Amino acid sequence: MNKEKILPKLYGMMSKIRITEETIAGRYSEQEMRCPTHLSIGQEAVAAAAGLAMRKDDFAVSTHRAHAHYLGKGGNLNSMIAEIYGKESGCSKGIGGSMHLIDKSVGFMGSTAIVGGTIPVGVGLGFSAKLKKTDQLSCVFLGDGAVEEGVFYESVNFAVLKKLPVLFICENNMYSVYSPMHVRQPKGRKIHKMVQGIGMKSSHGDGNDVLEAYAKIEHAIKVIRSGEGPYFLEFDTYRWREHCGPNYDNHIGYRTEAEYEEWKKRDPLVVAVETNAEILSVAVCEQIHKASTSEVEAAFEFARHSAKPSLNDALGYLYK
Amino acid sequence: MSRMIKYSEAVNEAIHSSMAKDENVICYGLGTDDPLGVFGTTLGLQEEFGSERVFDMPTSENAMTGIAIGAALNGIRSVMTHQRLDFFLLAMDQLVNNAAKWRYMYGGQCSVPITIRLIIGRGWGQGPTHSQNLQSWFAHIPGLKVIIPTNPYDAKGMLTEAIFDDNPVVMLEHRWLHNMAGDVPKERYRVAIDKAAIVREGRDVTIVSLSYMSIEAIHAVDELKKLGISCELIDLRSVNPIDWPTIFTSVRKTGRLLVADTAQQTCSVASEIIARCAIELFDQLKAPPRCLALPDLPTPTSHYLTGGYYYRAYDIASSVLKALNKQAEISGLKPQAGVALDVPGNWFKGPF
Repeated sequence: MNKEKILPKLYGMMSKIRITEETIAGRYSEQEMRCPTHLSIGQEAVAAAAGLAMRKDDFAVSTHRAHAHYLGKGGNLNSMIAEIYGKESGCSKGIGGSMHLIDKSVGFMGSTAIVGGTIPVGVGLGFSAKLKKTDQLSCVFLGDGAVEEGVFYESVNFAVLKKLPVLFICENNMYSVYSPMHVRQPKGRKIHKMVQGIGMKSSHGDGNDVLEAYAKIEHAIKVIRSGEGPYFLEFDTYRWREHCGPNYDNHIGYRTEAEYEEWKKRDPLVVAVETNAEILSVAVCEQIHKASTSEVEAAFEFARHSAKPSLNDALGYLYK
Repeated sequence: MSRMIKYSEAVNEAIHSSMAKDENVICYGLGTDDPLGVFGTTLGLQEEFGSERVFDMPTSENAMTGIAIGAALNGIRSVMTHQRLDFFLLAMDQLVNNAAKWRYMYGGQCSVPITIRLIIGRGWGQGPTHSQNLQSWFAHIPGLKVIIPTNPYDAKGMLTEAIFDDNPVVMLEHRWLHNMAGDVPKERYRVAIDKAAIVREGRDVTIVSLSYMSIEAIHAVDELKKLGISCELIDLRSVNPIDWPTIFTSVRKTGRLLVADTAQQTCSVASEIIARCAIELFDQLKAPPRCLALPDLPTPTSHYLTGGYYYRAYDIASSVLKALNKQAEISGLKPQAGVALDVPGNWFKGPF
């Protein structure tokens, strides 16, 4: 791995995601972004790593918390912000909102709101690549909660059965809305171990260490492209803010301030700088943040000045 | 030149010719390649097109529907087969939240060209969970097309049309139609999936029926004709979209409406048709619309009960007479003593 080459890119993407999400949070109270919005702050590393490790023509699908995955894969920032603003120039023409992002030009084929909903869709995209005999792969982003859905097991079973080129990336942030792991999965369960029992290769990593995530994903992609079937990666990480919305909610009692502070020390951007100061110098980071900031500001300007959608156009989207 | 084949063979020909025409068409479902080929509808397909394009599948209705959606996003046209509609209920999440919405919720950028064949059982103890026609569930979902062809000609033409339609299509097949024969051209052809068919032209009463009830209705209409009663029989063929112009034109002409449905009455396709006709044509109705649909009761399993549970030609004819305020002898339509009412014919020996 050429650290000098890829680390600034990874850091650049994490910075773009962080500043985008912080700006959404900061402006959410203006009441112009009027849809359920799940921020990825604290979870930037895996998305940045996956996006860089994949090819542009690889497919990806995601969840309700999709901003980072979309941007990491190369999704257009202006279109995403416009979508959250409900504008006609949005990536889904204002019909989908924050939870329904798409940018086909970079293989980001959709994100949906129903837990586990895109898992089989991602497997189907992998199936299509196999049928069409291309060497594309399909990446399914999912959370720890989706592993509790029946469709997860059905989908994994088929992916293993047909040796499909599917990369499952599970970001385990330990909470499904307010529900902690211990009420949802048996004590001692390791998701990445469990899936081995279904016949899938798997590995586990630190989801806040962008280089580790990149290395694991790069390896998994190599295995998948060699025709050995699907691969499952579990990354531990943490969302900083509330499940849905712009605020912090450590005070309401389902998790502790201390737990949050512990994870905040492991901020993916900080970890990257601390462990690679020779590459990510203060000057380099400042330049990256500056570029991200102006890009994000321009995206919000674009969104705010874009045209409103019409119900008449919406009717036309229903059937081809 | 006439060529009589069974409905099941017509379905088979539609899939076969579609797969031959386009290599992106694939076909799968539980039992697709079993020795009986899903009542004959998928026989020979795997031999012809190989196990990559025609295959049996894991017992995973929901994921396999989602997989069809994902593959569709990359141009694959899946024809999925379910031996009973009831099992497909496990896939309602993928059908309703994804297949029906994918094009709409991403602003018209994607198409989901999938075809889902669902077979509806009747009789021989199919009972509460093997004989539900939940067509109105599907018809209620914007973004889906829902077809329910009655005869072999339409089965072949409409299924072919469905496979090459760029939207998700649910096709409902009544099990009692599979063995009925009809005139079907050998060559490939397509029948529009948004048009009802006028099966009999008439002037006194409009009967709108669908699927197996259209067969019963034909018997009723032909018997009533002998009595000088002229019924216009519309075979609905599609429940989403519903061909309103054809229905309204007929009801305007006759002023009387009877709908014969194969599903439970509450919130049914029948009640929707009656409601729309009442709204649009209230002042042109000469009599209250009439409805023959199943009682709001799950299908009983015992063959002692199914006879009274389903309506037949006799009930349709009786209802027409009531709509006309007439009395006549139609006992010829009554099932004869000793004829089993839980099978499509005496040739049927069970079990499916």
